[in-house]
Amino acid sequence: MALFDKHKRAALFDPLLANNPIGLQMLGICSALAVTTRMDKALVMSVSLTTVAALASLAVSLIRKFTPSSVRIIVQLAIISSLVIVVDQVLKAYLYEISIELSVFVGLIITNCIVLGRTEGFAMQNPPLISLLDGIGNGLGYSLVLLTVGFIRELFGTGRVFGFQALPLVSEGGWFYPNSMFLLAPAAFFIIGVLIWFLRTWKPEQQEEN
Amino acid sequence: MRLESPAYTLGFTTVVCVVCSLLVAGSNVLLKDRQEVNRLVYLQKNLLQASGLVQPGEKIPDQKALEIYRSRIEPRLVNLQSGEYETGMDPARYDQRRARGDPRQSREAPPNPASVRRIPDVAKVYLVKDGDEYSQIVIPVEGLGLYGTLYGYLALERDTTTIRGLSFYENRETPGLGAEVDNPQWKLLWPGRKAYGDDWKPRISLVKGGAGPATEDPYHVDAVAGATMTSNGVTRMLQFWLDELGFGPYLRKVRERGGP
Repeated sequence: MALFDKHKRAALFDPLLANNPIGLQMLGICSALAVTTRMDKALVMSVSLTTVAALASLAVSLIRKFTPSSVRIIVQLAIISSLVIVVDQVLKAYLYEISIELSVFVGLIITNCIVLGRTEGFAMQNPPLISLLDGIGNGLGYSLVLLTVGFIRELFGTGRVFGFQALPLVSEGGWFYPNSMFLLAPAAFFIIGVLIWFLRTWKPEQQEEN
Repeated sequence: MRLESPAYTLGFTTVVCVVCSLLVAGSNVLLKDRQEVNRLVYLQKNLLQASGLVQPGEKIPDQKALEIYRSRIEPRLVNLQSGEYETGMDPARYDQRRARGDPRQSREAPPNPASVRRIPDVAKVYLVKDGDEYSQIVIPVEGLGLYGTLYGYLALERDTTTIRGLSFYENRETPGLGAEVDNPQWKLLWPGRKAYGDDWKPRISLVKGGAGPATEDPYHVDAVAGATMTSNGVTRMLQFWLDELGFGPYLRKVRERGGP
């Protein structure tokens, strides 16, 4: 019945809540602030990062036994950068307007610590399949936070979800006053902070000891 | 050979680099045509937004944008110095950016606040058709912001001074600050402002601290928040292209003729 054994399931699902890259490890915060003003931007960014994290982990794991350890970081970076450029090219070809709005942030996936963290911290020591799952899992963990933050910001900032008017605006005869504070970067900081607070209250083992 | 020997390391990194560059180059070659089409459609959508045929921030399918563009927009070429139309060339084939870099088709600009270095001899303008007559003139503008050149379109009514809209299709400004020149809310501040003062000198400028509504404060527009350098750049480039070295002579001819 089970498609994967316990370790593979853990690699895939642990990063969602138990070991979330943003929630527990505080990685990838920069783009989480920048691209979460709208759900569509957050979704495209999530898919891009998940793709890069998955393929980079797979590629690094496949060549891990042939990689001299003195050049391993730069080899990982070369792989990650190439994948990011390819993803950026694909976005420019198929989702041009969103790619313009995401501007530098797709390119900045190269420096996103989640990707390099997983290739160096996991894929270098583990076989390809579980590394691939680990990359996907961490990408999904990042996506979960991004989409949650994006949902809150778009809904309260503009009354929309994925660009569709969910709450009728006062300016159009409804009852909802959009709060543009949610569209500013500091709002994302507060929202991520509150999410982490909830997460750590729910799972106290994530709290750091003083 | 040992994994850590210099020769192996060199060989290994070379192989990785070649594979990576093939991947990158391959994706670029495969997707280039699509990207080029997207870029053109994006430019046309921007022009439609500047002229108000599409509301800023409104999403329309590519096909619809192309239809509106084909039926309503007529590109023309203008000799910037004489202000007359250039009829011997095909506007669709004319590449203004390339011409600006070509010494035979452009000249050096005298020092100017907008930091425009070269002026093409011939520039593209876009006339907006409304039934049988032309209702607007859209001129391309470009100039230095904080990090790079901004490229955009300024749409003017037949009187050559009332602004219909301004839209930038390319900028390298800071996301969230200078790049807010793309913000639909900010674009909506432009319609109804006046480009020229009573003496027909460019007068439009961006100001800090809030401009009034277009009817009361026609020569000012709110600067982009947190982006003084970008805002100054926009003011300077608009004034440059509206003035004698830019489209000034052409727009004067339009006024004398009573229409484009």
